[in-house]
Amino acid sequence: MSVTFCGLELAHPIINGSGTFDAIAAARAFGEQVRRELPFAAYVSKTITLGAREGNSPPRLWEAPAGLINSIGLPNKGLDGYLGEDLPLLVGMSCGPPDGAGAFAVPVITNVMGSTAGEFARLVEACDARAEIAALELNVSCPNVKTGLDIGADPLQLEQVVRAVRPLTRKPLIVKLTPNTADVAACAEGAQEGGADAVSLINTLRAMALAPRPAPVADGGAAPPWLGGRTGGLSGPAIRPVALAQVAAVAARVTIPVIGMGGVQTGEHARDLMDAGAALVAVGTESFREPAAGARIARELDALGGR
Amino acid sequence: MSLAPFSRRLLSVSAVEQLGAYSVLRVSDPDGPEPEPGQFAMLAADERWGGGADERPYLARAFSVARHTGGESHYLLEDVGPGSLRLGELGAGEAIWVLGPLGHGFSEPPEGRRAILVGGGVGIAPLAILQDRLEDGATVLLGFRDAARAEGAALLRGARVATDDGSRGHHGLITDLLAAELEQGPAATVYACGPAGMLEGVRALCAEREVPAQLALEAAMACGFGACFGCVVPRRAGGYLRVCVDGPVIDARELDHVDLHAGAPA
Repeated sequence: MSVTFCGLELAHPIINGSGTFDAIAAARAFGEQVRRELPFAAYVSKTITLGAREGNSPPRLWEAPAGLINSIGLPNKGLDGYLGEDLPLLVGMSCGPPDGAGAFAVPVITNVMGSTAGEFARLVEACDARAEIAALELNVSCPNVKTGLDIGADPLQLEQVVRAVRPLTRKPLIVKLTPNTADVAACAEGAQEGGADAVSLINTLRAMALAPRPAPVADGGAAPPWLGGRTGGLSGPAIRPVALAQVAAVAARVTIPVIGMGGVQTGEHARDLMDAGAALVAVGTESFREPAAGARIARELDALGGR
Repeated sequence: MSLAPFSRRLLSVSAVEQLGAYSVLRVSDPDGPEPEPGQFAMLAADERWGGGADERPYLARAFSVARHTGGESHYLLEDVGPGSLRLGELGAGEAIWVLGPLGHGFSEPPEGRRAILVGGGVGIAPLAILQDRLEDGATVLLGFRDAARAEGAALLRGARVATDDGSRGHHGLITDLLAAELEQGPAATVYACGPAGMLEGVRALCAEREVPAQLALEAAMACGFGACFGCVVPRRAGGYLRVCVDGPVIDARELDHVDLHAGAPA
């Protein structure tokens, strides 16, 4: 069931969602087997920004009905730290195809986020110069410093950012769309017009949880937000029907391939997203419950006849 | 540090025993890696994991290994939310998912220093397996809210107990007993696990007296193996530590102040 995606040969159609699997930390917990038998056919890095980020103040997690709200805040070592320290540890990983025959190399897809088109350009240029990076994914779920609106929530603004970075790399350029917008299909179209090779969706849905009562509530007032970042992003099975609707809407509007994700727990869920138009399916929060979930889902998908 | 198999494993509950306000969940695991004191596992019931209060639990729950003997791992449970409630409902023969052992455990006491084990509430769990592994008898100080919880002290041997309400042992904080113990001789190393307030008290006492302390931190985790970046605590030198992969046992000198943001129903 090997697949070709934007020129990359992949063992199967299951990859990880950005920020949901840290191969370096996983190898510390589980050993080198992680690198030989990565549960994903491609490895998507967590979001890399120009400068290092510590992430949001804790608490960062809240368990929701059939899901998780996270407010992590994109902690990362910054571009130089990623390219110098982490990237060398991410190359040379392999995954076994679901039928157990042979081992496939796992290409690295680097996810980057800037707060301006200029920052995106610097990130893309630097990544383009590294042969170890097979493709780039742009995280556009970040507020425009002038308007405060997410770059990826406005089709025109998104198109301009993608158009600005497109000439800077010949590597496949994937745009990770935000679901927190009025018309995700229009945003996907903007990404395609700007020159994207693929789009991925859905990112987490903006969500909030209040501190549990009884809790220290000043002056008997309203309970404060629980998460240090006030709001967070909802993931997990709770969002799967939303993902299906958004993937279907996007796939109907664009001609470039779509990576679908959102609450996938089984091969059937992956097949549903592929039926809705996804070429690849990413697994995210399910990997938190079971680190090898991606490999299981790939096997289940294979047993279903691919899709 | 023992590495975990790279997959959660479906194991069988051998027994759940009441221990005052707590219960001890015993899981048969004859083929699993031997956990080290301070390591933990992510636990989830195979059936009816979900559909409880607020349609939870969804994620697995982190529990310190309290004991590992005779091919069984023991975990100490307190009902603090839909996940711990469901795990406490399990009976012998029921299936449970286990991912672990995870994290960095306790280190041996430095030469010439006696071990003092300080636990609070359900946080006494990793001190039991530590006591099992320490060759020399350690001083054990355990604090609880009340007498029903203080029955948990039976998990360890020779414990001196304090309760918040004075219904058993010393009426007051366990750090009162620790301070008195350190007065008798500071050539000690302290191993502590419990609520944030207790750990902060232990950290401050040990810092004042320059006594080395290893703190086993408890934090809400989505994964347990470094993927989610949710279980962080601020590090004295700046930035954050991930409790799951940098801990859960942290050298107290790494921390400026212990704040674990507990309180969410788990």
